[in-house]
Amino acid sequence: MRVRTLAVALLAGGLALTACGKEGTPGGSTPAPTQQVATDVKVDGSETFKKIQARGKVVIGVKEDQPGLGYKDPTSGKYSGFDVEIAKLVAAKLGYGDDKIEYKAIASAGREQALINGDVDYYVGTYTINDKRKQQVSFAGPYFTAGQDLLVKKTDNSITGPETLKGKKVCSVTGSTPIQKVKNEGLTEASNIVELQNYSQCVQQLEQGAVDAVTTDDAILKGYAAQQPDVFKVVGKPFSKEPYGIGLAKDDKALRDKVNDILEEAITGGQWESIYNATLGKSGSPATKPVLERY
Amino acid sequence: MDVLLDNLDLYGPGFLNTIELFLIAAAGSLVLGTILAMLRVSPVPIFRAAGTLYVTILRNTPLTLVFFFFAFAFPLLKIVDAADFGGSAAAYYFTFALVSLTLYTSAFVCEVVRSGINTVPVGQAEASRALGLTFGQMLGSIVLPQATRAVVPPMMSTMIALLKNTTIAAGFSVFQSGSISLNLSERGENQLIGLLWVALFFIILVIPMTLLQRSLEKRWSIAR
Repeated sequence: MRVRTLAVALLAGGLALTACGKEGTPGGSTPAPTQQVATDVKVDGSETFKKIQARGKVVIGVKEDQPGLGYKDPTSGKYSGFDVEIAKLVAAKLGYGDDKIEYKAIASAGREQALINGDVDYYVGTYTINDKRKQQVSFAGPYFTAGQDLLVKKTDNSITGPETLKGKKVCSVTGSTPIQKVKNEGLTEASNIVELQNYSQCVQQLEQGAVDAVTTDDAILKGYAAQQPDVFKVVGKPFSKEPYGIGLAKDDKALRDKVNDILEEAITGGQWESIYNATLGKSGSPATKPVLERY
Repeated sequence: MDVLLDNLDLYGPGFLNTIELFLIAAAGSLVLGTILAMLRVSPVPIFRAAGTLYVTILRNTPLTLVFFFFAFAFPLLKIVDAADFGGSAAAYYFTFALVSLTLYTSAFVCEVVRSGINTVPVGQAEASRALGLTFGQMLGSIVLPQATRAVVPPMMSTMIALLKNTTIAAGFSVFQSGSISLNLSERGENQLIGLLWVALFFIILVIPMTLLQRSLEKRWSIAR
């Protein structure tokens, strides 16, 4: 009898707890445009593409914790966002539809190693192109240009740009480029820098008032602002340029050229815009089309 | 070598902070752990219960969870205010890292010390009580000194575990050796080589602890 009471109590408790979760799906519930899957695609001389063909599906590295860009719905397990749609587009043009894509969530710190090891065929996830990274991996794109910005509480009018951060607590992900920039340029005191495991934790701390600002690329911040527009706002004065590229194995020029062709076609053909409008565009900021940098 | 030399600004402060975290948390958990062990062998039932409860709750609770609690849940209780730390976020998180590590490790230290106490024959305690020593005097001057001798190897293992556990603080706003590889990746350095250097420094830190263990064992050894 007692066991049954306990079981009922636990069950009721469990139900009550799950009901506390947020309603709806954050970060893009309107379906993005579906892509026509290409057939008979050939990429001559590409090791990665050979591997994809042998496997019969494509493995894509993405982010899972960035609403609007790369976000994994915890209940349905489905990925959504601008980066994910770009990844899908590339896969479709390579001849692989939605059912032949395997996503692998890989955090920033593991990206190079995943590409070097060949754990993923390509990586689409707020991956800034820079020369240092080009020594280990290669990039197609950029397919988007972001810039470092600040997320603050809607009621906060004291922070208007990077120069007003002195004396304010600033949060970002441990060791990330934006927080290294804040440190190196002395935008705020060292004792005011907070480094946590992911942006969601920073946003939570901001909501609680434990920090005054969250800093990273505006594209990521817009995703959070779009989730809770009554609580947060993006300052809107980007102070860096972050061209996002698709990460590929270093020596695979053939596949890089192919992906660049795909992106070029999407940017000029209007698909890029429709993807943007279905995802990041919902935050209300207009799109600026990127210019490809082939090498 | 380049990875190390180009990023000395990461490795230097990173390992200094690791050592600082370790030394303070080690001292704290040795004291708290010994007190807990004394509680668990005390003749007063309520003390024994308190010690047992502590160990049951904290022993091997995932350390990340303990950190998580102090970084995210504890501030909501509003027991301490960020202003108590001079408004410094760094001091705030450093203190919580120390508290988490100390609380977690003292549960292990407690059990190690208690197992040492169990190696001391009951006759020793009975004899000292018969001589009129109080419980405290009996523990402090008869039982614990003999117990300490027996627990050197497992205690050192616990301390080495603590040293390596400090890296978890990287995800909770304490810059130390665990943060190095995360910073390296963003600087576009080769992480594998960066991590090998981190591993090497940890081995360098562990060697003196192993030597200390060996010398203590030798000094305190007795013919039985």
